Amino acid sequence: MASRKGPRRVTGTGTAQLLTIRGLTKAYPGVVANSDVSFSVAEGEVHALLGENGAGKSTLVKAIYGLVRPDAGEMRLRGELYAPAEPRAARAAGVAMVFQHFSLFEALNVAENIALGMETPPRQRELAAKIREVSEAYGLPLDPSRLVGDLSAGERQRVEIIRCLLQDPKLLIMDEPTSVLTPQEVEILFATLRQLSAEGTAILYISHKLEEIRSLCDRATILRRGKVVASCIPREVSARDLAEMMVGSALTPPARAARTVPEGPPALEVRGLSVASPMPFGTSLKDVGFTVARGEVLGIAGVAGNGQDELLLALSGELTSAPGMVRAAGADLGDKGPNDRRRAGFVAAPEERLGHAAAPGMSLVENALLSGAVRMGLVRRGFIDWAATRAFADAVVAEYDVRTPGTHVAARALSGGNLQKFVIGRELSQNPSVIVINQPTWGVDAAAAASIRQVILDRAAAGAAVVVISQDLDELMEIADRFAALNEGRLSPPRPVRGLTMKEVGLMMGGAHGMQPPEPDAAGVLRAEASDAEA
Amino acid sequence: MPRLERRPTPSRLWTAATPVLAVIATMFAGGLLFAALGKDPVEAIRTIFWDPLFGEFASYSRPQLLVKAGPLILIAIGLSLGFKAQVWNIGAEGQYIMGALAGAATGLAFYPGDSPLLFPAMVVIGALGGGLWGLIPAVLKLRFGSSEILVSLMLVYVAQHILSAAAFGMLKNPEGRGFPGSRNFQQFPAAFNGELIAGTGMHWGVVAALGSVIAAHVLLSRHILGFHIRVAGEAPRAARFAGVSPALLTSVCLGISGALAGLAGLFEVTGPAGQISTDFASGYGFTAIIVAFLGRLHPLGILLAGLLMALTYIGGELAQLTLNLPSAAIQAFQGMLLFFLLAFDVLSNFRIRLARRARA
Repeated sequence: MASRKGPRRVTGTGTAQLLTIRGLTKAYPGVVANSDVSFSVAEGEVHALLGENGAGKSTLVKAIYGLVRPDAGEMRLRGELYAPAEPRAARAAGVAMVFQHFSLFEALNVAENIALGMETPPRQRELAAKIREVSEAYGLPLDPSRLVGDLSAGERQRVEIIRCLLQDPKLLIMDEPTSVLTPQEVEILFATLRQLSAEGTAILYISHKLEEIRSLCDRATILRRGKVVASCIPREVSARDLAEMMVGSALTPPARAARTVPEGPPALEVRGLSVASPMPFGTSLKDVGFTVARGEVLGIAGVAGNGQDELLLALSGELTSAPGMVRAAGADLGDKGPNDRRRAGFVAAPEERLGHAAAPGMSLVENALLSGAVRMGLVRRGFIDWAATRAFADAVVAEYDVRTPGTHVAARALSGGNLQKFVIGRELSQNPSVIVINQPTWGVDAAAAASIRQVILDRAAAGAAVVVISQDLDELMEIADRFAALNEGRLSPPRPVRGLTMKEVGLMMGGAHGMQPPEPDAAGVLRAEASDAEA
Repeated sequence: MPRLERRPTPSRLWTAATPVLAVIATMFAGGLLFAALGKDPVEAIRTIFWDPLFGEFASYSRPQLLVKAGPLILIAIGLSLGFKAQVWNIGAEGQYIMGALAGAATGLAFYPGDSPLLFPAMVVIGALGGGLWGLIPAVLKLRFGSSEILVSLMLVYVAQHILSAAAFGMLKNPEGRGFPGSRNFQQFPAAFNGELIAGTGMHWGVVAALGSVIAAHVLLSRHILGFHIRVAGEAPRAARFAGVSPALLTSVCLGISGALAGLAGLFEVTGPAGQISTDFASGYGFTAIIVAFLGRLHPLGILLAGLLMALTYIGGELAQLTLNLPSAAIQAFQGMLLFFLLAFDVLSNFRIRLARRARA
């Protein structure tokens, strides 16, 4: 690691190009993911890759990391031709990647997990010492002997980052790294990334959070429909400009009528909800209580793994509780399953799109039936009315602008954002009175996210009680009337969003999980209320 | 180096083509196997696939096709429902035996009755016997979390012991001069499942098999239960989200597949087999697993696969007789079919990319 710490070229655009990509093209059957993409990353630069879902960002970084072979075009790393056949070759050339979804074994400890990803792992003791050394050098404290199953999402991400840093990379690719972090953890991460950049490691940073890109990145390359449409210095343009470059049209932030917190009996009442988690390493819910009135949006924040999944299951009915714990419009649903709850006007959209909210290998029509059967009357005497189901799926696709060749395609063929629009649309178009959504815009581009938030607000305006569970605080601040946070399975008392500061929010979420930022006064990352006006 | 790349949507062409490819590959590999045993491979393949239908003894072996295919299809249809939902019933052989025993015992209890209701009653009880036997693994799985694969398989051996106990004891023919085995249903018209059309091999079991094919097709394509079965197999968490109770679905799948296996056993014992005997169990329950997969777990595919498998059964016996092929070689041949099918199956979900190895 000594070599890392030596003086290197300073950050900036004037330095030598590390990675140059020219004319990269990759087509999949029916879709061109990348078309003639050219851009370059300088040594030590933090370079943002920005684009809507399906714009081709993932394919592009997969090509750089050797997971996808481009059809045409060339990549050069420090001037030499670079065509990694597999990730191992990419790693050998000094390219490392932290994925959006972690690939860690929960039952193994940190050092064992890191050893699994190495070509020739050193002995555990040496490795543990190395992990400590790197983690201290970059302000990412991590105990090599802890079980990954016991770590928070932020800590798990640290495992992945340290795994990469041990390879001494020249280029570090990060795919949406902040989506699972608290504001405090984001600051720590950014301090680390800035330090790496100052030492000469280039970072290719993929994110939908425009403010983050503006505060962190030196340059940005913007992709739209597989092509490079613009590049800019993010600090010199506004978040709105960035978003418009990405989408290609003017954005309309969600609009809502004057916020009058509605009166009247609660549409959803959760009282003393305690259930054990069905998942190993899950978080059990402990005495969760809240009410939501008609027309109200309750935002529930929390760092991943603090009971969000369990709360969704307990509300959707996949996880039943004791009678009386969950009531909707006076009806006791505590011990009722998903379809009984749907009958009572209760719909839910889980976080995981593929495998939970939708069956990956089944068509959109079949996936429309999945949760729409009861409320849309798609089944008569046990027999499925496929014509009506198809019409329902078509209506969802049309109304929610789901981009797909048709409703006959498998759910897994859709991009994440489009599938999310389909899933949300499927639930919202069932005329529900209570809506529960976990991570409505996870991994969804800005335009799709804005439209999803808008339809949620529209439903609330039409009188539905809405619970939005999200790790995106900006999102909750934007759409929620009241705000609460989950921390280790307990829910903080809900508070009106108005007047809440980011610091208070962070404390409600449980702080930074015992972390010390290396530079206490690192530039604030998360826009506070100030930037609300700008967006 | 060739690489496998996942298809966004499974290829319909390959899904249909893989069984055909698997059959062809099996013919080749089987030919090699037979050649290694010192037999003429072409003649062996011809004896297995051609002679039963068009050869010298075809008039005898042709009806056998339906007789053998009937139980295979009936059992495989039931298994396929479970397999689609990832409920692995490996014990159809045991359910087949228990269905036969329950139904036959009912019939024999009324010997020599001649009520027209007797045979239908035996059919119902045969299905119940198989179904209840199939539910044992379901109950144990739900209550104790045991694997239905192991329990259903082990229950086959239990059923086999009950079978021989019955053949030697309770159901032994009182007029059988001490030989093991029950009365022959041929001498018990009210309970006999004879040929419906002479010389075709068509009996009620074949009718039931065809009925099950149609029913399964309707169930899977039009009924919500079939949809739940498919979702549960495709994405268990999505199934739960759709309101499917995994416990209920496991029980339904094991119950239905057990009942159909029981029916197959009942029709077999009252028809082609004729009596409860120690060698009554002939491995249909296991072969049906191959049939289910060979038919891509699709009802129509299973119909064709059942006929094909029956052909290799009859042709295999013929080859044992005329070419002195060992029976193990025939079993290996049938096993190859499943092996190649699973191997080619990769192509329906993946495509092969012939990419040059790039320099790193």
